[in-house]
Amino acid sequence: MIPASFDYSRPSSLEEALAVLGDAGEEAKVLAGGQSLLPLLRLRLAYPTTLIDIGRVAELRGIADHGDHVFIGAMTTHHEVVRSPVVNEHCPLVALATATVADRAVRHRGTFGGSLAHADPAGDLPSVALALDMDLVVRSSSGERVIPAADFFVDYLEPALEPGEILVGARVPKLGPGWGFHYEKFHRTAQAWATVGVAAAVRRSNGTVAEARIALTNMGPTPIRAVAVEAAVRGAAADRNGALREAAEQAAEGTDPPGDLHARPDYRAHLSRVLTHRALLAACAV
Amino acid sequence: MTETDTAPAGTMGEVGRARRRKEDARLVTGRTQWTDNIQLPGMLHVAFLRSPLAHARITRVDVSAARGRPGVVAVFSGRDFAAEQGSLPCAWPVTEDIVIPDHPPMAVDEVRYVGEAVACVIATDRYRAADALDAIEIDYEPLDPVLDMTEALTEGSATVHEVGNRAFTWKFAQGDVEGAFRDAPVVIDRTFVQQRLIPSAMEPRAVVAQTDGDGFTLHSATQIPHILRVMLALTTGIPEHKLRVIAPDVGGGFGSKLQVTAEEVLCLLITRRLGRPVKWTESRSEGNLTVHHGRDQLQRISVAAESDGRIRGVKVDLLADMGAYLMLVTPGVPLLGAFMYGGIYKMDAYDFTCTGVFTTKMPTDAYRGAGRPEATFAIERAMDELAAELGLDPMEVRRRNWIRHAEFPYTTICGLTYDSGNYEAATDRALALFGYDELRAEQADRRNRRDPVQLGIGISTYTEMCGLAPSRVLGSLSYGAGGWEHAEVRMLPTGKVEVVTGSSPHGQGHVTAWSQIVADALGVPFEDVSVLHGDTASSHKGMDTYGSRSLSVGGIALVQACEKVREKARQVAAHMMEASPDDVEFTDGRFRVRGTTTERTIQEIALATFAAHDLPEGFEPRLDAQATFDPDNFSFPHGTHLCAVEVDTETGATTIRSYVAVDDVGKVVNPLIVEGQVHGGIAQGIAQALFEEVVYDADGNLLTTTMADYLLPSATDLPVFVTDRTETPATSNPLGVKGVGEAGTIASTPAVVNAIVDALRPYGVRDVRMPCTPERVWRALHDRAPSAEEGASV
Repeated sequence: MIPASFDYSRPSSLEEALAVLGDAGEEAKVLAGGQSLLPLLRLRLAYPTTLIDIGRVAELRGIADHGDHVFIGAMTTHHEVVRSPVVNEHCPLVALATATVADRAVRHRGTFGGSLAHADPAGDLPSVALALDMDLVVRSSSGERVIPAADFFVDYLEPALEPGEILVGARVPKLGPGWGFHYEKFHRTAQAWATVGVAAAVRRSNGTVAEARIALTNMGPTPIRAVAVEAAVRGAAADRNGALREAAEQAAEGTDPPGDLHARPDYRAHLSRVLTHRALLAACAV
Repeated sequence: MTETDTAPAGTMGEVGRARRRKEDARLVTGRTQWTDNIQLPGMLHVAFLRSPLAHARITRVDVSAARGRPGVVAVFSGRDFAAEQGSLPCAWPVTEDIVIPDHPPMAVDEVRYVGEAVACVIATDRYRAADALDAIEIDYEPLDPVLDMTEALTEGSATVHEVGNRAFTWKFAQGDVEGAFRDAPVVIDRTFVQQRLIPSAMEPRAVVAQTDGDGFTLHSATQIPHILRVMLALTTGIPEHKLRVIAPDVGGGFGSKLQVTAEEVLCLLITRRLGRPVKWTESRSEGNLTVHHGRDQLQRISVAAESDGRIRGVKVDLLADMGAYLMLVTPGVPLLGAFMYGGIYKMDAYDFTCTGVFTTKMPTDAYRGAGRPEATFAIERAMDELAAELGLDPMEVRRRNWIRHAEFPYTTICGLTYDSGNYEAATDRALALFGYDELRAEQADRRNRRDPVQLGIGISTYTEMCGLAPSRVLGSLSYGAGGWEHAEVRMLPTGKVEVVTGSSPHGQGHVTAWSQIVADALGVPFEDVSVLHGDTASSHKGMDTYGSRSLSVGGIALVQACEKVREKARQVAAHMMEASPDDVEFTDGRFRVRGTTTERTIQEIALATFAAHDLPEGFEPRLDAQATFDPDNFSFPHGTHLCAVEVDTETGATTIRSYVAVDDVGKVVNPLIVEGQVHGGIAQGIAQALFEEVVYDADGNLLTTTMADYLLPSATDLPVFVTDRTETPATSNPLGVKGVGEAGTIASTPAVVNAIVDALRPYGVRDVRMPCTPERVWRALHDRAPSAEEGASV
């Protein structure tokens, strides 16, 4: 638990951070809340040459209502997200999922953007970003670009960030009235990562499911949209009479669940079906 | 709920009060001295290179590149210490023909588990020491790992040591076992797996060694400074009187710090070699690899019973995984359970066999309960299986077999004499608090409705033997030391009291409990007592802390030392008041001439003794005394634990809905401390039932090196415990106390697993292997063994 040596830089503005990052080369890492990166350093699983600590970059922190979407700054802590009236009113799925992240201590240090940029498929926020079709805003010294969540999670721990880019935040679309949300997380202890998680947003109309967006946590190297379920559930009766369960049976389709000490792949596939059903029921409030 | 800092109605004494712990203000405000906090001038830092292979011959070692790294002062491999490092001690040769392999603190020619130290770097700081490990070159010639106990004992198996994989076979039998099983109407025959566990103390192990050129001082996060001093002297050749061992503040142990570790020996050797102080503090991952592990037994238990459920006899056949070497008490741990497989039940025949097996894994040794949790688990699980077989309520089967209150003292089939107990009272109280009948009704309802969430009820009516231990018993079991404890009580000139205890606390609250005992015995204020411990220079004699022994052994030594001080004070008081000592009464700290108002306080006598101007003829001017107490018997706490679980049959997840523990630990000195021990104990037992498991892969690599893989429950994962006590005083000691440090852990594991199996019995499930993870429960329910592709046995 003793990290190898590295250079450390703590810029106070985004401009300065981007300049340092541009100069530091490909082996530099951006340090946000440190809840994922520091353990990797201490286990000597990561050997960055430079750590760029953006903890003092105030402009990356905060939540703003932009009419059709909510902008959540990358350095906003999980705790701030969970407590935000704007997030709770307009994108409750983000608040629901964030409230399940680890424990209070982690939620006070860990950040919204750090969790997305780490791109851990076992993290809770990547699948939420995917389910809600968030737009992720990244900046480099040459300017800004916007990456749809569907393109952001490239592979295991691999976001679509180019060298020199920093994630500055996400635009979370407001889904408007008629939508229900749920994040169903299954984990062995309160502080453990999700064995499997299901982020669900469902729009109901006349007692049936008009539209559903479902994304799975820890069912492959990236978060995965359960497209088969989304298709199967369209038009299904939003009740407990079996249509939702039947749709949820498609949950593991197209996934590549990992096997580890907490769950083997077939059990994860099973869980994804059970949890998707439960997420649909809860999102439909039935 | 325990109300704090208030005297129970009708009593005046300190003993029995829920005093807040004296230790805590200092501990929670960080004014502590952990070993890792110690900074000495010129101190160097040690990092160990550890074997990446489970079993291999070391063919080449080259440390030269590492020597050139920045900040590096020295690099040593096992070859550098081969002539002086000796062998780590095993103090418990359980049989005459036991195989005790040589156990070099640092491997020289062969490594036998992943994590075994093979080299070390000594550098000016911890980071540079760790960095330089990368530059050490070691070539290995891989040998076959030995990972499965059953396979290890088969002909042709690879061997851990040349002599073979069987360390010992130990047998015990009483009564006509064959007769008991012959034609028995019911026989229950089960095999249970006691998984391997890591005793996860909050404070990692840490060592600081220093020398002044003449003697040596070793600070260590240890439970056993006294035993450690003796053992290190024998191992390193440093004369005992030239070695001082200090256990400063120690943050938990659970048995893991009841050890003589390679790192302690090596730090002494390094400081002897370099003449400079050195420090080593383990990382959590290093600890998971190399803190001795606990449990790891394969238990076959057979119970023969009459058709009404009365037990005829019990047979137990154990395989106990020793790991690669025998450490301090490794072979003795399963035998501490040998006497507990009868539990609280009467029977006429008992047969026990235990074979210790070497594997290429970290050695096992004591972990909270040490042998007794395993035994209690097996018999309590078997009692539930017997009840199911007979269609009886599991509590009724227990009632038909347990020792009745009127039958105490009772000598069990295992040869122990239980001095006291009242299983009826504890059980009745627990059933009432639990709402047993209502829960059974709800269970029936859920079963009828085929509710996907099933309810299960688990029972554990346990006892255990603790308060280790009568020295003669330890001798008869070939243990290498006695089981006494020592205390010294010193009245200071100003009337304050200094206690020296040989029982070395690492979180138990000795300072508070000892202050309460002394306050009553000498009639001094609780605040006027201080307690010294954990330093062989100030506390010269002790057997340290493990086996729930502090109060029932060390506490009695303290009482006896107080009595000696009081009698000395009585002599002085009588002399001062010109009365006969026989006419002097002692109450609440005052000596009074019977029938008069003439009195002296104990504080006045302390001052008079210090001045020594006018003492009785021949009286030594000192108001202090020592006592060493060797118990006649173990102490036998008992109780009834009841657990209700909800098992989600769709996911396999278990949720503990309610947990009731009614324990009988005899007289209670401090209810708050007892409750803390019970809570922590239950949590640790639940952790074995549901969460914790050491996993080695097929090559012998440890997979559970971090807390992301080795799951410890936190408060969030545990229910609110409902705790209560009955109080049946022990008759084997003058305080009437019994041990409580391990009881919760011993009781709770079978209660939880019995509850899970109870929930699933309608589905044909008869057992779930621990830890009962959601996946294991799901597979048990769906009879769904994983395919080869999906991995090895669940």
